Amino acid sequence: MKAQKSTLKLILFTFGMFGFGFALVPLYDVFCDITGLNGKVTGPTITSYDQELSTREVKITFITSNNKQMPWSFKSSSPQMKVETGQDYLMDFTFTNTTNKPMIAQAVPSVSPGRGARYFHKTECFCFEQQFLEAGESITIPVKFIIDPELPKDIPSLALGYTLFDVTEEFANLQAIN
Amino acid sequence: MSAVIDSHHDDHHHGPAKGFSRWLYTTNHKDIGSMYLWFSLVMLFIGGAMAMVIRAELFEPGSQIVSPEFYNQMVTNHGLIMVFGVIMPAFVGFANWMIPMQIGAPDMALPRLNNLSFWILPVAFGILLSTFFMEGGAPNFGWTFYAPLSTEYAPPTVTFFIFSVHIMGASSIMGSINIITTILNMRAPGMTLMKMPLFVWSWFITAYLLIAVMPVLAGAVTMMLMDIHAGTSFFKAGGGGDPVLFQHIFWFFGHPEVYIMILPAFGIVSHIIETFSRKPIFGYSSMVYAIASIALLSFVVWAHHMFTVGMPIAGELFFMYSTMLIAIPTGVKVFNWLSTMFKGSLTFETPMLFAIAFVALFTIGGLSGIMLAIAPADFQYHDTYFVVAHFHYVLVPGALFSLLAAAYYWIPKWTGKMYDETLGKVHFWMSFISVNLTFFPMHFVGLAGMPRRIPDYAMQFADWNMMVSVGAFLFGISQLLFLFIVLKCIYNGKAATTEVWEGAKDRGFEWTVDSPAPYHTFSSPPSMESLKSSS
Repeated sequence: MKAQKSTLKLILFTFGMFGFGFALVPLYDVFCDITGLNGKVTGPTITSYDQELSTREVKITFITSNNKQMPWSFKSSSPQMKVETGQDYLMDFTFTNTTNKPMIAQAVPSVSPGRGARYFHKTECFCFEQQFLEAGESITIPVKFIIDPELPKDIPSLALGYTLFDVTEEFANLQAIN
Repeated sequence: MSAVIDSHHDDHHHGPAKGFSRWLYTTNHKDIGSMYLWFSLVMLFIGGAMAMVIRAELFEPGSQIVSPEFYNQMVTNHGLIMVFGVIMPAFVGFANWMIPMQIGAPDMALPRLNNLSFWILPVAFGILLSTFFMEGGAPNFGWTFYAPLSTEYAPPTVTFFIFSVHIMGASSIMGSINIITTILNMRAPGMTLMKMPLFVWSWFITAYLLIAVMPVLAGAVTMMLMDIHAGTSFFKAGGGGDPVLFQHIFWFFGHPEVYIMILPAFGIVSHIIETFSRKPIFGYSSMVYAIASIALLSFVVWAHHMFTVGMPIAGELFFMYSTMLIAIPTGVKVFNWLSTMFKGSLTFETPMLFAIAFVALFTIGGLSGIMLAIAPADFQYHDTYFVVAHFHYVLVPGALFSLLAAAYYWIPKWTGKMYDETLGKVHFWMSFISVNLTFFPMHFVGLAGMPRRIPDYAMQFADWNMMVSVGAFLFGISQLLFLFIVLKCIYNGKAATTEVWEGAKDRGFEWTVDSPAPYHTFSSPPSMESLKSSS
């Protein structure tokens, strides 16, 4: 019947759109990846640049913050540094588990302004994995980064922000396996 | 209600069953339409009562009568109920009543599905309202339920909210599938698509919007559910997700949703204006194309709700221009309505008054929308009362006025009786004055920087807010008058003629059947020749 056929088509379309809703999740990640929005850059890792490229000085600000009631202390060793584009730099970050129980944390990076994110290459970062600390334990880990010499001229400074999340529950199982 | 229809089916082979089971088991489009309309009227008073609490709290600065926590619950549920429980079901109610009658079909294509899609609606809102009596209180994160407010920081009742949204969505989707199938397959012979009444056209397009975006909303709340209970991280940054993703998914649903709430109004207003101008609508086909282009554009403008989240300039420009583009088809519609009235033989019965007020006040809401669409200016307006003024102008004197107009316009056909014209006009003028008193000053306090969704405010906003509250109370009372007018019409109205409105018989099949419309109409399809003007 004609009516049954159109009903069936419409039902299929509905399920398709339900799927599309979920497809928006990876699509969004891909989109952010391409545009460098939300500091979500996972593109090819660059470890060094040709020294002959012209370089310039850029000011980098480091911001650390804790999500929700995350009790750890989390600081960069210096709030700012001036860097030359195309060169490797290190910045130390110190994590301290201030509680009396072991915890797992995840730092999530974000670069501001957003369009500068794709020129901020972190070659080594604690944000690539989780930090497991015993009660009262403290650890200092460096971030190794290079600023791309192709950073647009109108961006004189970049801010690298980290938000620290408590992921003890989410990663408790993983830790047990390791 | 039952008394009305019961008393008029004596000359038909089988009328409705008696008692409550009639309503529970009915597959009749008119019964289901009536139930939808009564349901949304009840919800209007529940959601309206919440608005009264909000305005009482904001009558004066300082903490007045409710706690900030309860205030948040009021704001959230007022929004949810008005959007999903009033405007949408009311339009579905009109669709059920009028679409089969306007296209000359005996009923909806899928009558049992129709019954189901109505009856799960009270269940959904029962679940939502029951959260008020639970530990932790009702949802308090705003009707847009942004994550992580609605996930990590939500009260435990959020799970009930999620299931309630699932059920509302299922109801809308089933209703829409039914409407599209009916329109595609059950039109009277000779009624080509471009001869369909505009209300049918507007619902045809709305139903497509609904089945395109309600599943996306269902997906969004499902992701929330999984984030809360299944340990996923769709919106949790700590686990690799992104809260901004929620806003994108929500508004991908949300912007078409706001057109779902206005497109059927365009259809209704077109019918009313042509009837009381005694002229066919000006530019019928441009009306159809305008509705279709508004619907298509609604899919590519969603991020104008989130200009301030941090977007590249190209994104802001794209969403700004695409939003402004919508002003063109909307303008076409407004000018078509004006042209229809131009040199028409106008009379100003209550439906026409509401329809004209719709055109004027909806346009004000549209223009403040254009102001909000300007990305650089939006940083100033974002989350202020200016936004509240904007969307209330398009939803209250917009969508709600069109619903009231439609109720006055078609109630003589449903009940066979005329409403009290004098009381109708009193209702109109009270509503018209109070709606402007309520929402116009919100523009001023918004531009001056008063943020939305707060239970308290700075001293300098006190005068306007008191005026807004007075307007809101008056508007609330005016709607009680509407309830009285409806009941008076049903129980004590004067008999209406078949045609009801002068010349209406030539304009639509619904005016060719008896008043009240018999329980079963168009068992055999009518002929297009019976209409003088077939558009």
